[in-house]
Amino acid sequence: MSPSGAEFIRQIKSQIAQVDPGEVHETLSSSGNGSGPIALIDVRESEEVERGLIPGAKHVPRGHLESRIEGAVPDRSQRVVLYCASGNRSALAAKTLEELGYENVQSMTGGYTLWKDRGYKVEVPKVLTPEQRERYSRHMLVPEIGPEGQQKMLDAKVLLLGAGGLGSPTALYLAAGGIGTIGIVDDDVVDLSNLQRQVIHTTDRIGTPKVDSAEEAMKAINPDVDVVKYETRLDASNIMEIIAGYDVIVDGVDNFPTRYLLNDASVRLKIPVVSASILGFDGQLSVFAPYEGPCYRCLYPVPPPAELAPSCGANGVLGVLPGTMGLLQATEVIKLITGAGEPLIGRLLLYEALGATFTELKVRRDPECAICSREPDEISDEELGVFPDYEAFCAAAG
Amino acid sequence: MATVRIPPVLRPSVGGVKEVAADGDNVGAVLRALTDQHPATQSQIFAEGGELNRYVNVYLNDEDVRVLGGLDTEVGSDDVLVILPAMAGG
Repeated sequence: MSPSGAEFIRQIKSQIAQVDPGEVHETLSSSGNGSGPIALIDVRESEEVERGLIPGAKHVPRGHLESRIEGAVPDRSQRVVLYCASGNRSALAAKTLEELGYENVQSMTGGYTLWKDRGYKVEVPKVLTPEQRERYSRHMLVPEIGPEGQQKMLDAKVLLLGAGGLGSPTALYLAAGGIGTIGIVDDDVVDLSNLQRQVIHTTDRIGTPKVDSAEEAMKAINPDVDVVKYETRLDASNIMEIIAGYDVIVDGVDNFPTRYLLNDASVRLKIPVVSASILGFDGQLSVFAPYEGPCYRCLYPVPPPAELAPSCGANGVLGVLPGTMGLLQATEVIKLITGAGEPLIGRLLLYEALGATFTELKVRRDPECAICSREPDEISDEELGVFPDYEAFCAAAG
Repeated sequence: MATVRIPPVLRPSVGGVKEVAADGDNVGAVLRALTDQHPATQSQIFAEGGELNRYVNVYLNDEDVRVLGGLDTEVGSDDVLVILPAMAGG
């Protein structure tokens, strides 16, 4: 005779390992914030999790366990603790994980209810609205992003330097993807010659400040996004004030002085920069994460002279190229915010459109770097963006 | 012969091509073979003292020669040298 449901669960519980909430609490507390040595998985339904969960837990509903657990816990040898409301569903889930090859799985006895009754800390997660769940539904389905990654994106503040060739596609896709706050710095107005590549702007907005035009386009795609406009040119007097508080900066500026200035200020504030540059049919891309990897000055200690510095004058570029490079930047931004994948830190990606080739080069931290070899508070205001005679070079090149 | 990848800003100095084959046992020799073939590249790659200009990065395959043996780094016939200047276009 088939066992009753209760009997079945009892049998499963005898076959799997269980752990008391007290031990889980102690292990989590001793490892600091976050899951540390334990991957803590909440297998309850979304409606239950919305009312509260254990801090550091990842939500993988039992109904999606088999398809999503690898995204949450890729390493099958990692210790996994599962919990539900009372310890029954998590016991069944533990059995499933063992069958999937997870080697160290435990079900927390008494579940969330007992954890809470013991007075251990819980938190109420920010919840996506039904409209957001629909809008970002394709992100929800990607294990590397999911509701948690989407919430990180909605909480994130990203600053775009330039609403031009690179900034246009980056802004459009970051807005569409639900980056909560997007700052844009640009002091230019939309010009007819921009429209071959700066796809965020339109013919009827020629003459409009680029920050206003970009805001209109982003808001039209996604009213969720808070757009912060800086209709100004970055310089040493305003950069610290503008960039402070942003989580990631996207460098798409068209000149060397601002690139060096940005580097020095971002190192001082320890803000990662997703950097790209373009010329003709060629693009370069890297992520400069201060003190974690090299900075821009480690890669390029000094700028090239005017004859080799095409940014000084008007130069041609294939209209599609900033689209390609700008979207690679947007991808790196989302990776940094969600923690998904391997960001392009310490690597420089070269794209050559005519040959359709990608080349990856290693970039090392320079132990003698003028900026990032020192502590942030040792970098003075006077040093930000300094390099010799650059204004003269640019003036000579026209 | 090693292959030298030419960046866009230097292409006018080498007849517009993206790659040049150049002979030499080490990085310095390969680059000098390049500048011998295309003298217009000389002042763009080398400083007056014969060392690499600081604003020019040279990679042997995927590694910066500054962290290898500099101009003395050995080069094989299948190797690729990448000359890379900073670009600022956006």
